[in-house]
Amino acid sequence: MIHSLFLINAAGDIFLEKHWKSVVSRSVCDYFFEAQERASEAENVPPVIPTPHHYLLSVYRHKIFFVAVIQSEVPPLFVIEFLHRVVDTFQDYFGVCSEVMIKDNVVVVYEVLEEMLDNGFPLATESNILKELIKPPTILRTVVNTITGSTNVGDQLPTGQLSVVPWRRTGVKYTNNEAYFDVIEEIDAIIDKSGSTITAEIQGVIDACVKLTGMPDLTLSFMNPRLLDDVSFHPCVRFKRWESERILSFIPPDGNFRLLSYHVSAQNLVAIPVYVKHNISFRDSSSLGRFEITVGPKQTMGKTVEGVIVTSQMPKGVLNMTLTPSQGTHVFDPVTKLLSWDVGKINPQKLPSLKGSMSLQAGSSKPDENPTINLQFKIQQLAISGLKVNRLDMYGEKYKPFKGIKYMTKAGKFQVRT
Amino acid sequence: MAQDKCHLITQVGQPQVSHCATPLPVQESLALGKHLGKALPAVSPSPAAGRVHDDLKEMLDSNKDSLKLEAMKRIVAMIARGKNASDLFPAVVKNVACKNIEVKKLVYVYLVRYAEEQQDLALLSISTFQRGLKDPNQLIRASALRVLSSIRVPIIVPIMMLAIKEAASDMSPYVRKTAAHAIPKLYSLDSDQKDQLIEVIEKLLADKTTLVAGSVVMAFEEVCPERIDLIHKNYRKLCNLLIDVEEWGQVVIINMLTRYARTQFLSPNQNESLLEESAEKAFYGSEEEDTKEPKAEAASLAKRKPYVMDPDHRLLLRNTKPLLQSRNAAVVMAVAQLYFHLAPKAEVGVIAKALVRLLRSHRSVQYVVLQNVATMSIKRRGMFEPYLKSFYIRSTDPTQIKILKLEVLTNLANETNISTILREFQTYIRSMDKDFVAATIQAIGRCATNIGKVRDTCLNGLVQLLSNRDELVVAESVVVIKKLLQMQPAQHSEIIKHMAKLTDNIQVPMARASILWLIGEYCEHVPKIAPDVLRKMAKSFTNEEDIVKLQVINLAAKLYLTNSKQSKLLTQYVLNLAKYDQNYDIRDRARFIRQLIVPTEKSGALNKYAKKLFLAQKPAPILESSFKDRDHFQLGSLSHLLNAKAVGYQELPDWPDEAPDPSVRNVEVRGAPQGAGCMGGQGGSVSEESGSSSSSSSSSGSEEEEEEEEEGSGEQSEDKEEEEKRPKRKDKEGSRKAAMGSAGRYPLGKRGSSVNPFSLNPAVTPPPPQPIPSSSIISTSLVTDLEGLTLTDTSLTPAVSVPHALPGMSRDPCPSWGLQVGGSASHTPAPRPRQLLSPAFGAVRTYELLHRMAGEGLSVEYCFSRRPFPGDPHMVAVHIQISNNTDAEVKSLRVSEPKLLSGMRIQEFPEIGTRLAPGDTANVVMGIDFCDSTQAANFQLCTHTRHFYVSIQPPVGELMAPVFMSENEFKKEQGESLCTVVDSCHPCCSQ
Repeated sequence: MIHSLFLINAAGDIFLEKHWKSVVSRSVCDYFFEAQERASEAENVPPVIPTPHHYLLSVYRHKIFFVAVIQSEVPPLFVIEFLHRVVDTFQDYFGVCSEVMIKDNVVVVYEVLEEMLDNGFPLATESNILKELIKPPTILRTVVNTITGSTNVGDQLPTGQLSVVPWRRTGVKYTNNEAYFDVIEEIDAIIDKSGSTITAEIQGVIDACVKLTGMPDLTLSFMNPRLLDDVSFHPCVRFKRWESERILSFIPPDGNFRLLSYHVSAQNLVAIPVYVKHNISFRDSSSLGRFEITVGPKQTMGKTVEGVIVTSQMPKGVLNMTLTPSQGTHVFDPVTKLLSWDVGKINPQKLPSLKGSMSLQAGSSKPDENPTINLQFKIQQLAISGLKVNRLDMYGEKYKPFKGIKYMTKAGKFQVRT
Repeated sequence: MAQDKCHLITQVGQPQVSHCATPLPVQESLALGKHLGKALPAVSPSPAAGRVHDDLKEMLDSNKDSLKLEAMKRIVAMIARGKNASDLFPAVVKNVACKNIEVKKLVYVYLVRYAEEQQDLALLSISTFQRGLKDPNQLIRASALRVLSSIRVPIIVPIMMLAIKEAASDMSPYVRKTAAHAIPKLYSLDSDQKDQLIEVIEKLLADKTTLVAGSVVMAFEEVCPERIDLIHKNYRKLCNLLIDVEEWGQVVIINMLTRYARTQFLSPNQNESLLEESAEKAFYGSEEEDTKEPKAEAASLAKRKPYVMDPDHRLLLRNTKPLLQSRNAAVVMAVAQLYFHLAPKAEVGVIAKALVRLLRSHRSVQYVVLQNVATMSIKRRGMFEPYLKSFYIRSTDPTQIKILKLEVLTNLANETNISTILREFQTYIRSMDKDFVAATIQAIGRCATNIGKVRDTCLNGLVQLLSNRDELVVAESVVVIKKLLQMQPAQHSEIIKHMAKLTDNIQVPMARASILWLIGEYCEHVPKIAPDVLRKMAKSFTNEEDIVKLQVINLAAKLYLTNSKQSKLLTQYVLNLAKYDQNYDIRDRARFIRQLIVPTEKSGALNKYAKKLFLAQKPAPILESSFKDRDHFQLGSLSHLLNAKAVGYQELPDWPDEAPDPSVRNVEVRGAPQGAGCMGGQGGSVSEESGSSSSSSSSSGSEEEEEEEEEGSGEQSEDKEEEEKRPKRKDKEGSRKAAMGSAGRYPLGKRGSSVNPFSLNPAVTPPPPQPIPSSSIISTSLVTDLEGLTLTDTSLTPAVSVPHALPGMSRDPCPSWGLQVGGSASHTPAPRPRQLLSPAFGAVRTYELLHRMAGEGLSVEYCFSRRPFPGDPHMVAVHIQISNNTDAEVKSLRVSEPKLLSGMRIQEFPEIGTRLAPGDTANVVMGIDFCDSTQAANFQLCTHTRHFYVSIQPPVGELMAPVFMSENEFKKEQGESLCTVVDSCHPCCSQ
């Protein structure tokens, strides 16, 4: 299946290669570079590039291209999903997934990749198992290793592979037993010129951080499970229990994992917590344009909207902008024409606004497109869909764990057309 | 840098051989060397490298593990950067037997990388692995096999073969999994081993562990995907294991099963497919579609037999559906394509939601999913319509995603939603991304052609775009307008005039050419303007692009034919210019046209027809999606994405016209079935009966045991694990329960009230616990119920072997009532009074009444003994097993407050007065009259402290009792009850 993997940085250097079958010359990446040149932006490099003898499937994350070389028919999503899993694993291991990090830990990276695939077919992709096989590097362990000469490679054997709960490592022990769940909802919306909602939907996830001794069996129930329109589970969740009782019953992996992703459909009315008033106008004759944005809270259920950032891609004709914000800071990059305004918290008494003028290229006609405004924000302690966790119970172990749940609403792809 | 690229590109241009097994050291190292310079400017040139490696060799030779480790780490880092470290081979290979586990692992990494290049030296390491293969630790055995099979040295093929064969029968499933992985490796090294490898694959396919399943199917797909016959016996097992296989294995298995199902089952849409096609034709095509077709279709429909889905087909659909909830996009896609290719039209819709969910994922995932959605949305538009808004485009989407979404939106457009879609398109047209705007204009054109209602609106909108400032937009609009006008030119001379004016400004060649063509084609609508345009074009002829020049010649020719008075001279002039053009196409064209239109003595007969040739009615172009008909590639495959057959792509076969024999999937039972396994501790009647069951029944029910076995077969059956398995198993049972429930919704026809083959004959019911009233054992309405089932099933499944045609089992993977009809040769005509068979003929299934968790330690299971309740013939006996898993005693267990639907009755079991000590189990029997419905009986189960609300829902199959009858009898009964369809539905004797 997957023949080889090349990691390519933004500058176009291949800084890591790994082959699971016969070696494929790195010259195969030239086809990739060609495609990269043709696509103006990294985002636009096609994920699948056919070459005379191979197919290159790539994902672009953290400013690194992960290019897998395959030779014969294989579902493209299989490879792409696997590559994403590789990135996630690196992130899990090293905290960040960057070129520097990978280069610094090249041996661990190599060992991990070796375990993840056998002959190009995924072998161990669960982070719990991998961590048992190859310990992630920590400062402490590095120090200890240099002194004692011990290694990162686990000397225990990967029993997880053999068990019926392959996602959980065995023999977990904690002094403080805790289980935290974060319910994070993102609002994807498109708001039209007049402020009415064209489409809005909520995508939610429940991320868990479970540090419990032994083999706990957890059940998590919701007050209003009917809200969830479409769900996808971590493999640990017992699907039948969900089908019949709408309860999440699972033996959790150890550590951080995504328990559930869900979707609250566009059919339900979605509360839009902020509004944007805008007045962006270009005049035909003059080389000056007017620019004015105000952001205000709408349906926030009494919570504060914070971490607000407004970005907008201005038309090419805009040379510069002279703006004054009522709060926060703003930056306009005259090269990329990207305006970014870091608003911070919204104070309902004094709405933040950004006003000023744009100078346009002299002589050229007014741009016929208005920029779209992208919005980011956060609301703590609120799940905008109204989803509420009812209770969390633990079976199978005797101790009393510490349980915690946190709600948050964020803007996903939140766009205002002007 | 530029040179560097050049060099590499030339190298790429050469035929690449590097992908085959033989290495190409020269070429490769050249490439590596070049690239190294680029990636690592600090690395010293190669002559010095030898000396650098000297210290590494020294470190490797030392006897300190830490030094060795350090050296190996540096070497692996070199490999990772693509640097050549092959000269260290002898020094490294020596350490293959090193005690330190990390050193060993890194040596393996090195070995696998370079063994191919240094085959002789690599042989030195083989003995270590051979020793490893005999290690008592399964993980060491597995790792030895893994490395041994990964070093691509042809000499060791026999050793590998031997090792694989041995590992395939290893006790440890993990080693067997590794063996499965090794199969494709060996095959790629030496394809002559195919036959032997197929044997191993066959053996491993029969493996019952989830661990092995994915890997062996992978091996199957790589080595012998054409040997579909190997799957038959394992089909049901694979379906049942699927949900517990790891994600990647699931993808491979689902894809393979899709292909399998296409060869083995009948199309579930065979009745609709024709109708659908005609509907589609009417949609896309023009009005002159002939009307003969519907008649022909009706005839062919009538000829076709009514369709009923093979239970195995249903099993596959049912067992894959939960996987739509997987977090793994590849799994979701695999299920989606399975449903698209295999499910009845009405059921395909379920995948839409999951696919739309994937659109939230990373860009690359979106890209692949949208490609597939685009193809699906052409065939099944309705499926994605509710999710229209999820395909709306954001300005931040990358262009390729935008264009794909646009494609989907266009495919989804219909009369009802077109106004919303067009409003969206209006926003898109003002986007800054010009490629996207061009695509939007094309999309508008497609909407306009497909939906007549909005054609004028679209056309007006596009005409407005003609005054856009961006030339690309204008050009694209012109091209699209040209296509639209071709459909109804007469009404639009105004637009043509408007476009004629544009020739002064617009510079994009394609657009100019389009305008000229339009004017030429419809010159009689614009008789005054056309010659003027030609005049202008003649003036600028020499400066035009080639495609424009060709169209100028065309325009001239057409004008000459229609209006020769005004344009004769102009045409001559243009043709003269063209005669001396640099491009030979244009010279050719000029010569050709001159001969054709200008009458001379020499010109032949064609001259007369010139007008017909040039001004013939031309069919309007059809604007259709580039994704149309892509679904002949299996969706989700690489070939589908590229719209070209990829290497190793397995064609998705068409449905067969006649279903192949389904009995090939029946699995023989080994030894006496131990179906009542789950009822372990229960000494009573049931286990007794299980002993008496005949082993000759070709039981499709062996899955049940297999699963049971599989769970026990993991080597380490520690108690802890056992405990975790239990809830899981329960889940599975739950699923089956649900499945049975669904069988209840099976169409129940009530035809006649003649004797039913499955009715119980009261006279000879073997040892009835109590004298039974002579009327009937099962209430009459139940009989009709069953009869309905029989009717539907048998009458609709022609040529399906009997075990499948029996009621209650059609949806069920493993009940084997095992009526002896099929293999009746050995059964001499049975005595006329029918015998009530022992119920444990197949596996008796236990259902869960109260889960251990919910019951606070008290768990209750029940099963149907499949015979009437001793006290009341209308009641079904339900065996209940109560086990106390708490650490306290449970007292006074009883049933109370039954909440029943009208007509239903319940006979409670007597209160269990004695205490139930921790760990103990108790068995009781209660009777329930379900009134032949599949409604649940709700009641409370009380202990001395607690009340639990529980309910028993009877699966249809459990409301029957098995009887014995011979084939002839069966036929006779069948004949009586099915007088209408007799001829077509002989239950065939499968053996």
